[in-house]
Amino acid sequence: MWRVGTVVALHDETATARTITLEVSDWPGHVAGQHVDVRLTASDGYSAVRSYSIASAPNSERRVELTVERLPDGEVSPYLTQEIAVSDRLELRGPIGGWFVWRAQQTEPIQLVAGGSGIVPLMAMIRSRALAGSSSTAPFRLLYSVREPQAVFYREELRALSDHDRSVNLTYAYTRVAPKDWPRPPSRIDAALIANTTWPSNLVPTCYVCGPTSFVESVTGFLSASGNSSEKIRTERFGPTGDRK
Amino acid sequence: MNSHTYDYLDGNAAAGELTEIFATDITAAVGQCAHCGATRRFAEAHLYMQAPGFVARCSVCQHVLLRLVNAGQRVFLDLRGLTCLILDTSRLVESGR
Repeated sequence: MWRVGTVVALHDETATARTITLEVSDWPGHVAGQHVDVRLTASDGYSAVRSYSIASAPNSERRVELTVERLPDGEVSPYLTQEIAVSDRLELRGPIGGWFVWRAQQTEPIQLVAGGSGIVPLMAMIRSRALAGSSSTAPFRLLYSVREPQAVFYREELRALSDHDRSVNLTYAYTRVAPKDWPRPPSRIDAALIANTTWPSNLVPTCYVCGPTSFVESVTGFLSASGNSSEKIRTERFGPTGDRK
Repeated sequence: MNSHTYDYLDGNAAAGELTEIFATDITAAVGQCAHCGATRRFAEAHLYMQAPGFVARCSVCQHVLLRLVNAGQRVFLDLRGLTCLILDTSRLVESGR
């Protein structure tokens, strides 16, 4: 079932990623971690469908935020990140997916691991946790792997949530360029970083891992090696082709 | 490791297409593989989308669970690899229906 959303705000997160806020009059509400399919149809009838994670926490305003990373050869993401304007309309299907979700009733420790734009559905979970305030006691940790400081999404909000609100404990892993005096040289997430910065497996955290397929493969391997059972690791992969997420 | 090693997504990625067919979100359902007997969430299946449609394979033994091809006015759905699906119907409201 396709719905129509109207763009009410646009915000650039980085040089290549943009957050699109949509108002969807018949939005039924969503759960943090879900995604939507977006359909673009050309004047000749050709249409393309891509999936994008919802970045916003569930809310009562029938608003949905999507953060879209532009892929150089993408069919859909260049339009969404460069051409779309406020008051434009978009076709949406969703909210979709009932497995890669966090609900405020969950009380166990939560380990989030993001690779690049894989932060988006995890941010919805962090925002949802922050909104729950004292009614949620679930302790959150985020390990966020990102190419360079300029590629970080939601930096100020994450800083505020980790420094003041303490909704989430935050660790960045820079893979190509790290800030000056950063203790860890730029490198991919490895077994030692997982062991040192994620919840000990004896606390039985639920782990959510989102990123490119190869990233998800290696991180789930390290999490398993650290003693987390595969039943406690939920994954969302996106591929090198297509505009997914 | 070559790029073909990791050319799949998760079963989650099929959720949108599957909502056109099923009344509930089957990606959160538990399915049993007809080949190896493993029971996993459908969301955990390996999803291959390079075909004209998609193929979901068991994350344990890699056998085909489900194939779906959307050909204009007709959808071809092959469920040969799933012997059982266990659906949680208590959260229908969250599937967007």
